[in-house]
Amino acid sequence: MIKTDVLVIGAGPTGLFAVHQLGIIGLKSEVVDNLDKIGGQCIELYPDKPIYDIPAISECTGEELTKNLLKQIEPFKTNFHLNERVEELKKDGSNWQVTTSEKKIFITPNIIIAGGVGSFEPRKLSTKDAEKFEGKSVFYSIKDKNLFKNKKICIFGGGDSALDWAIELSNFSEVTLVHRRPEFRGAPSSLENVKKLEKRGKIRILTPYQLNSIEGDKNIKSVSLIKEDGKIEKLEIDYVLGFFGLIMKLGPIVNWDLNLDKKTIQVNTETFQTNQEGIFAIGDICTYPGKLKLILSGFHEAALAARACYKLARPNEKYRFEFTTTSKNIKGRLGINPNRE
Amino acid sequence: MPKITYIEHNNKSHTIDVPNGLSVMEGAVQNNVVGIDADCGGSMACATCHVYVDENWYEKLPKKEEGEEDMLDVAYEPNRFSRLSCQIMVSNDLNGLIVRLPSKQA
Repeated sequence: MIKTDVLVIGAGPTGLFAVHQLGIIGLKSEVVDNLDKIGGQCIELYPDKPIYDIPAISECTGEELTKNLLKQIEPFKTNFHLNERVEELKKDGSNWQVTTSEKKIFITPNIIIAGGVGSFEPRKLSTKDAEKFEGKSVFYSIKDKNLFKNKKICIFGGGDSALDWAIELSNFSEVTLVHRRPEFRGAPSSLENVKKLEKRGKIRILTPYQLNSIEGDKNIKSVSLIKEDGKIEKLEIDYVLGFFGLIMKLGPIVNWDLNLDKKTIQVNTETFQTNQEGIFAIGDICTYPGKLKLILSGFHEAALAARACYKLARPNEKYRFEFTTTSKNIKGRLGINPNRE
Repeated sequence: MPKITYIEHNNKSHTIDVPNGLSVMEGAVQNNVVGIDADCGGSMACATCHVYVDENWYEKLPKKEEGEEDMLDVAYEPNRFSRLSCQIMVSNDLNGLIVRLPSKQA
């Protein structure tokens, strides 16, 4: 059980800056994110794409922005709970109790939801039969590659995950790589590797094909692929692997009795509190009249939500506004010598 | 104002006046057309504004950039008339454009 002043959900830029704003006013926070790395959409969707509208930074990539934010919050030594999704919410006296997918329990008066467009989950194959075999013979991520030893594997996708696993598994399995078009978007070096393995007969590449159906009873026996012209090709295989990137889903937060507007959470713009006391929403996931889905708006929302958290975290103290340029308290929290000009 | 017709998977049709300069995605989202999610807000990073452009219109649209084809790889059931609606900008030339929406976006 972890007690904290604020639980921040989401380790994207808005969540990271919330940690900063909480840190400088002396509040401790813990961060949970469903991804295996810090940075949210900036890292998952566009690590290399330049961003041009961060105030005072004329150009930076999603990855650079994340790195800089992490540097900025270093003094607060914040715990990150990655690969974990928040699941259950319960009221516990004046606190909230949040349980994660790893069964970790947080006790906190404040929750800041900085969840972007929701948690990232793998995109799945569209055929109905795929669902039936999921987790048995259809997988969207690999935990133990030994399962595929000496088996016939059909890999779908055209990005790095598809190429990398095709190369890796071709060491000890019979691999067929299927993609909807002849061009692959994965790294050129990986593609070169795959083509070499194809020449040596280690990997079979089928394009432009898509999955049409999966046949089998308990386990998969075969898959039928369909070409653009309608031609069907049937392959005998043991396992299907799909690598179609990630999709964002609001997830269990839907059941937290928050006022929702489509996939976003309604807030008041004074404190960014939702309809539930002590639960705030900032960044892309919140909505209010005039909302702009910009990182800079998320930063503003983080600053206000952090101040609002103070009231519930320190009910017997009064929050005093201070500037970072002059406050000895803040400099102390940042680990800066207070006498430094 | 150009008229854009969005046809949902269940054949429910919406014809909407979309101002020049908006994307076909924005035209849908701002008018509550169900079936275009646009999770990333139009930055060509998610493929949840995927549409099937009417056959007679497909060739008339400005060509895709490379990044769009890459994103279509992860769209739900793409075909050769697939586009990301956030990348189609509305102009007078597009008056009468018809797009069909997939049964779901993910």
